[in-house]
Amino acid sequence: MIISLSKDVMTITRDQDVVPFRNRVKEKAVKIKMGLVNQTKLITAASELVRNMLKYGNGGETYIEIVSRGRDTGIRLTFKDKGPGIADISLAMQDGFSTGKSLGLGLPGTRRLVNEFDIKSEIGKGTTVSIIKWVNG
Amino acid sequence: MEKIPILRMGPFLLVTIQVDLYDRLALTLESDLVQMVNKTGARGVLIDISAVAIVDSFMGRIIGNIASMSKILDAETVVVGMQPAVAITLIELGLPLKGVYTALNVERGMDLLKLKIQGSADHEEEEDDEDSAIYSE
Repeated sequence: MIISLSKDVMTITRDQDVVPFRNRVKEKAVKIKMGLVNQTKLITAASELVRNMLKYGNGGETYIEIVSRGRDTGIRLTFKDKGPGIADISLAMQDGFSTGKSLGLGLPGTRRLVNEFDIKSEIGKGTTVSIIKWVNG
Repeated sequence: MEKIPILRMGPFLLVTIQVDLYDRLALTLESDLVQMVNKTGARGVLIDISAVAIVDSFMGRIIGNIASMSKILDAETVVVGMQPAVAITLIELGLPLKGVYTALNVERGMDLLKLKIQGSADHEEEEDDEDSAIYSE
């Protein structure tokens, strides 16, 4: 069972919100003594997802949580937008697939950088992506 | 508006990224650099990213763009000082930065640039020799 130990909420509405968001994630990762490589992977994943949220969902809400499961501690990030949603999630998770002008690495690349990855989307209602990176993951 | 300074050093342009890049800043840097290459006739561009904690797919694309655009304008691009954690993350993300020259530090980057433009100058000389040989016949 995953227990949430602390929860911060940040609203992302524009490009410039990304840097403070990344810094907050870093702060939390340092707090739970995550190593530099894992920190970098987590922040990169966060950066990808927050960009997706801005680009396709016009921004939204993010939650930054410190979570624990048994002896493991980690960071859970949730990205919630009210955008158009994703019609075919399995297609969106494929390397090289993009509806926008990007390289199409965002979702599949992000999944490789974190330990747990969950995506839910409903057409017309929005998309919620949640990731977990364990300290020793 | 915030900007990243571009320094001129002989035939090269030098950029040190010391701040957290958000998307618009990165796009401004891209267009500024390409314009500077055109204006100064620079033969090489050296980008120092030793202070950059994360490179995501967007930043990676900008770096690739700068390299290909400069190449068209006859300038080589070398990216130096990448942190090991950033390199690990880039590869796992699936972004091997193809077509971009990299070097461990500024010094080696400069050497590489000098070698590159020397190489192309020698090549041009050889071509000139061939031309003159044809004329003398």
